[in-house]
Amino acid sequence: MAVQVNGAPVAIQAGLSVAGLLAQLALDTRKVAVERNREIVPRSQYGETRLAAGDEIEIVHFIGGG
Amino acid sequence: MDGSLTTDDGWSVAGRKFASRLIVGTGKYKDLPTTAAAIEASGAEMVTVAVRRVNVADAAAPMLQDYVSPARYTYLPNTAGCFTAEQAVRTLRLAREAGGWNLVKLEVLGPAPTLYPDMQGTFEAAAALIADGFEVMVYCADDPIAAKRLEEMGCVAIMPLGAPIGSGLGVQNPLMIKMIIENAKVPVLVDAGVGTAYDAAFAMELGCDAVLVNSAIALADDPVLMARAMKAGVEAGRLAFRAGRIPRAAVASASSPMTGLIR
Repeated sequence: MAVQVNGAPVAIQAGLSVAGLLAQLALDTRKVAVERNREIVPRSQYGETRLAAGDEIEIVHFIGGG
Repeated sequence: MDGSLTTDDGWSVAGRKFASRLIVGTGKYKDLPTTAAAIEASGAEMVTVAVRRVNVADAAAPMLQDYVSPARYTYLPNTAGCFTAEQAVRTLRLAREAGGWNLVKLEVLGPAPTLYPDMQGTFEAAAALIADGFEVMVYCADDPIAAKRLEEMGCVAIMPLGAPIGSGLGVQNPLMIKMIIENAKVPVLVDAGVGTAYDAAFAMELGCDAVLVNSAIALADDPVLMARAMKAGVEAGRLAFRAGRIPRAAVASASSPMTGLIR
């Protein structure tokens, strides 16, 4: 199945968690924040939050800004 | 000596104390190592940052946090690129989750070429953020009435522009900045428009609590040297403000006594 990550489709295994998605993308969970269908996913819930087909995921981090 | 010459008097916002009165942005640098070196040289304890999508196609790319440690510097996430209250709240909720703190910089900008603060949008976003538990340091017009209203809404710091963002023109309306300072019960920072160390010193001499600088350091020929200059400028301006300048006079006044001259 596929989810949208930052506006682009990403193929994942059915039942993958947010933690699993971040691992698949090789992202450090300590440096990002995640929104699933416009709701914040608290870091403490990455493991138990399962993704569904078509979920819209935003993964953000801090970059240089003024 | 009472120590006041060597001890910075410091300032505080939302219960957090800072010795440095210079806040620096982390944008526009040519690379992350230069960002880190310039911030180090600036002596700043607080840095502004933006919140953006991770490039998932290049997860190994170095991140700001690898060079500018959030353990050492207070990150002040901004709402750059947000044009509505809803976007600002959404962005800063993500920042809060990523960073774990409530202190934020609200900026709602109008379109180029002015990028002037959109005050209607700023008021709406400030209300929404305060209701959501954020401590809001707000970028705003150099308008004493608007500044007071933002303070009364509960913003923790008022940050009027000195001049348009990135313009390097310095404080264009010192009278209004001074009026905002004199009427405020929360810290007032000059944000935007500083072009060189003189401008930072000038802003501090008006009596503001701190100055926020990004482009003037990041885009200088030597950002590390300019960061050091800004540190010195802010310190000089603060000391001069505390010292109390002499009145301006339209006539000369001799510095040497006119008595005891040889004949």
